[in-house]
Amino acid sequence: MADIASTDAPAAALAIGEVDDSTARLHRNLMIGIAIALVIAPFVAYPVFVMKVLCFALFALAFNLLLGYGGLLSFGHAAYFGMASYVSAYTAKHWGLTPELAILAGTGIAALLGLAFGALAIRRQGIYFAMITLALAQMAFFFSLQTPRFTGGEDGIQAVPRGKLLGLFSLADDRALYWLVAAVFMGGLLLIYRVIHSPFGQVCKAIRDNEPRAISLGYRASQYKLAVFVLSAGIAGLAGATKAIVFQLASLTDVHWSMSGEVVLMTLVGGLGTVFGPIVGAIVIVSMQNFLATLGAWVTVVQGVVFVICVLLFREGIVGMIAKWIKKPL
Amino acid sequence: MFELLGVPPQALFGQLLLGLINGSFYAILSLGLAVIFGLLNIINFTHGAQYMMGAFVAWMCLNYLGINYWAALLLAPIAVGITGVVIERFLLKRIAHVDHLYGLLLTFGLALIIQGVFRNNYGSSGLPYQIPAELRGGYNLGFMFLPTYRGWVVIASLIVCLATWFVIEKTKLGSYLRAATENPTLTQAFGINVPLLVTLTYGFGVALAAFAGVLAAPIYSVNPNMGADLIIVVFAVVVIGGMGSIMGAIVTGFSLGLVEGLTKVFYPEASATVIFIIMAIVLLVKPAGLFGRAA
Repeated sequence: MADIASTDAPAAALAIGEVDDSTARLHRNLMIGIAIALVIAPFVAYPVFVMKVLCFALFALAFNLLLGYGGLLSFGHAAYFGMASYVSAYTAKHWGLTPELAILAGTGIAALLGLAFGALAIRRQGIYFAMITLALAQMAFFFSLQTPRFTGGEDGIQAVPRGKLLGLFSLADDRALYWLVAAVFMGGLLLIYRVIHSPFGQVCKAIRDNEPRAISLGYRASQYKLAVFVLSAGIAGLAGATKAIVFQLASLTDVHWSMSGEVVLMTLVGGLGTVFGPIVGAIVIVSMQNFLATLGAWVTVVQGVVFVICVLLFREGIVGMIAKWIKKPL
Repeated sequence: MFELLGVPPQALFGQLLLGLINGSFYAILSLGLAVIFGLLNIINFTHGAQYMMGAFVAWMCLNYLGINYWAALLLAPIAVGITGVVIERFLLKRIAHVDHLYGLLLTFGLALIIQGVFRNNYGSSGLPYQIPAELRGGYNLGFMFLPTYRGWVVIASLIVCLATWFVIEKTKLGSYLRAATENPTLTQAFGINVPLLVTLTYGFGVALAAFAGVLAAPIYSVNPNMGADLIIVVFAVVVIGGMGSIMGAIVTGFSLGLVEGLTKVFYPEASATVIFIIMAIVLLVKPAGLFGRAA
C-alpha cells in the first residue's frame, strides 16, 4: 500500500522529488528561524510549557519519520515514548544516573523495543500494520500496569530528580533545563532532516512508493523498513525520556493508547509527511490542551472532533496547506 | 472429585466458561470488523464505542422507557445500526476515495467523541444492569455450576455468528455482498445498488457490535470505557485470524477466548497479554493470519 500522504495530499507528494536549490535554501532559513525561536522562547513564554511542546514535537517528528518516509502508520508509538520515560525516570531516581545518561538509557531501550516490535510489525502492511503496532503497544501497557515494582503502577514514578548534567551543572532551574531540552530537540530535528535527505532516506521513499520495484532493484526492503522503524522508535524514546526528566514523572498515561492517538493527531493537524508539520501540530495540540484544561473530560471530545474535521476537510494539515500555497515542499 | 494437573475442575471449567464468554464477544466483534472491512476496506475503530453504545441503549431502554431486556436485544442493535448508517452516509462515504488509513483515523476520532460524551454524562464508574428474571439462577452440571445467563450468552452468540455466516455464504443477498467485495464496479454494472449495500453492511456490522454490547450489559457493568480496551484485543484477534474468512473470524474468536481462559487457570499473570503473544507468534510463522490469504 502506498503511503497515506503521497496518495492523497499533493503538497506532501512534492516532498518526494529532489530538493532543488531554492527549496534547500528555504529549509536552511527555516532551520535558522527555528533555532532563533528556541533561543527567544523561554523569555516570552513559560519555559515548562515550551519544554512540553518541544518534547511532543520531537515525538511527533519521530512518528512522522515512519509515516511520511517509511509509509507506515504506527498506532503504537506510545510504547516507545512511555517505556523510555519509565527507564529514564527509574535510572535517574533509583540508580542515580546523571540526566544525560538516563535519557540515553531510555532512548536505547526504546530503540531495542522498536527493533523487536518492528521486526514483527513490518511483516504486514497498511491497516494490519496499524493494528499490530497498536496491539503490541497494548502489551507494553499491560507490562507497565503489572510490574509496579518497576513502574510504580497507578502512581507512576514520581519526584524524579533532575540531577546535574554531566555531574556538573544543576538542572533544577527551569531555564537551565530548558537549554538541554532545546538542544535535544534541535539535534533530533537536524538528525531527522539529514536522514530524510540522505541516500538511505531516498531508498526508504522508493520502497514506500513502489516496494516490488525497489526489491527488484536489489534493495532489501524489509531491512530498510526495520531501520527506519528503529530510528523512529529511538527518537520517540528520546522525546519520552526527556519528558520524564522535565516533569520529573513517568506514568501510565505515557504508555496508554490514547497517547499514540495524540501523536497521530498532532502530525495530522500539522501535515502528514511534511518535515515541519509535526512541530506546528504539536504546538497547536499542546496549546489546545492547555487552554481547554478546565473543560476536564471534554478535551477528549474536542480532540475527536478535531480528528474528524481534519480527516474530512483538512487532510493536508497546516504546513501541507502552506506548502501547496507557496508550491514548495516543507 | 478428580483433579486436572493440580487444578480443581471447578476452577478449570469456571475459567473455561468465562473464556468462552469472552470468546463470544471476540467472535461477534471480529465478525463485524471482517464484514465491514470486506466491503469498505476500512478498519472500524468505532467498533468498541458502538459495542458500548449497545449496552447503554439497553440500559436507557430499561431505566428511562421501561423496555425489558428481550426487546432491547432487538431494539438496541437497530438503534445503533441506524447511527452507523448515518455515519457511513455522511462521513465515511466522503473519504471512500482516499487512502483507507484515513478511515482508521476518522473512526478513531469518532470513538473518542462517543466515549467522551458518554463519560461526561454517565461517569466512568459503571451502571448496573439486572439479569432478566427468565435467565437467573443456574444448573448444576455435576462437574461445575453453570449460571443460566452465561450459558445463554454463549448460545445466543453462536446462533448470531452462524446466522451471519449462513446469510453471507449461502443466500442470494450474501452472494451480492461477496460479489461487491470482490469487484464493486462490475457488481454495480450488473444493476446491483452497491452504495446502498455498503451503507447497509456498515449498519449491520455496527448492529452486531451493539448486540454484543447488550449481551455484555448484565455480565460486565455498563461503562463508557467497556469497549476501548476490548477493541484492541479484537484487533489482535483479527490479525491472528486474518479477515479473509467469515468462519475463520468466528472460530478464531471462540478459540482465543478459551486460550485466554486456560491461561487464567495456569498462569494468571499472562492472561491479559496472551492474545498479543499469540499474535506475535502467528506473525512469525504465518504472517497472513491463520485463515488469511497471502496479500
